[in-house]
Amino acid sequence: MEALGMGGYGAYVWSCYGLTLIVLVLSNWQARARHKRVYRDIEVRIKALEDRQ
Amino acid sequence: MKPRQQRMLGVGLTALGVAIAAGLTLRSFDENMMFFVDVSDVVAGDHPMERNFRIGGLVVEGSVEREEGSMEMTFRVTDLQCEIGVRYSGVLPDLFREGQGVVAHGLMGADGIFVADKILAKHDEDYMAPEVAESLARHVADQTMELPDGPAECNSQ
Amino acid sequence: MWKFFHHLTSPPHFYRLAATIIPWLAFPGLVLIAYGSYAGLFVAPEDYQQGDAYRIIYVHVPAAYVSIMAYVLMAVGGGCGLIWRLKLAHAVGAAAAPLGAAFTFLALATGSIWGRPMWGTWWEWGDPRLMSELIMLFLYFGYMALRAAIDETAKADKASAVLALVGVVNVVIVHYSVVWWNSLHQGPTLLKKGGPGMDADMLYPLLAMILGFTLVFGALLARRIRTEVLYRERRTRWVRELILAPGGGR
Repeated sequence: MEALGMGGYGAYVWSCYGLTLIVLVLSNWQARARHKRVYRDIEVRIKALEDRQ
Repeated sequence: MKPRQQRMLGVGLTALGVAIAAGLTLRSFDENMMFFVDVSDVVAGDHPMERNFRIGGLVVEGSVEREEGSMEMTFRVTDLQCEIGVRYSGVLPDLFREGQGVVAHGLMGADGIFVADKILAKHDEDYMAPEVAESLARHVADQTMELPDGPAECNSQ
Repeated sequence: MWKFFHHLTSPPHFYRLAATIIPWLAFPGLVLIAYGSYAGLFVAPEDYQQGDAYRIIYVHVPAAYVSIMAYVLMAVGGGCGLIWRLKLAHAVGAAAAPLGAAFTFLALATGSIWGRPMWGTWWEWGDPRLMSELIMLFLYFGYMALRAAIDETAKADKASAVLALVGVVNVVIVHYSVVWWNSLHQGPTLLKKGGPGMDADMLYPLLAMILGFTLVFGALLARRIRTEVLYRERRTRWVRELILAPGGGR
């Protein structure tokens, strides 16, 4: 437990690591979501073209 | 000239132009880019007179004096050439130590004492464990420190 | 050699290649970050001046490093795109910008949280290092806004590449701000003359974190470039075949 206190700087140290985790997770989530969206848009358009032929 | 080489030249010239423009701008703003004024410049009278500014340097070892029962304190700041007295009343950052870097914001008093309303601590680029620092300090203390030309002269106005 | 390079930068090949590369960047990167965080937080000794607060460097320094690397990549991508008209080069810039902005924000935020207890201030207007890093964040925002404002991809590529190239000056300023001018921020530790100003047991976790951040950034970047490539090539035959293929080409 004492190690987590970071000699009185716990709030500062842990908030930095928490923030890092959030930024990494959000960056990954955003990249994934964008890829899915772009892929689905193209898929819909191409399938629609296919059906018309 | 091939179109590709033309484009290369274009990009190169643009980059060069921007670099020169930026360099000249930074040169002319050089003074304003200084976050703090060196102690030597302050002692030489090269500082804003009626306006707040920041001074930076090292807190002189053994110079910190606190008044009993109040927040008032005085200490001296050095840039290893000149020294200047600082008066301050308030909370200090955790890193404020004798022998360590400090930046003080405030006004130059008529008595030559800098009256600070804000104190910031500046730390150096060395990181080490406390035990290492202790042994290092012992090691340095063992040697008699001798500067090649003696301490530098402080030129006051 | 040139043929190989051309092959590599051809969109369909890159799209396929990146998919296989991404896990090879992401997993070692995450392992390094896990090790670096653990060692930085619990194994490395406290600092003789800053106590445990210095442990923030294990996320602050890699974030700042990646923020600069992303900018350089963005500018180099823009430059190559302008000169050689490489399709992939502009996609690199477009993909790097949001990541660069995220890491710049992280560097500024962790620096601010560190500054409060150590320096005695969250933020100091007028400090050259702080200001130049903030300008970098705005350059990333400007780059993204410019891209978003221009509908035609080819025009957006050109305009944003010029902006990225002009902003390279700021990268130089970020690095040298602590050398050229008086700053509250300390000088460089790792690139210091005469070797890093740091004990080995503090240094190794930091190097692991920097490498880990770089690899994870590489994985995220590769992922974003894939998306960029897919979108830019949406009307080509290879994308059509990819999407109509039995398994799809996610």
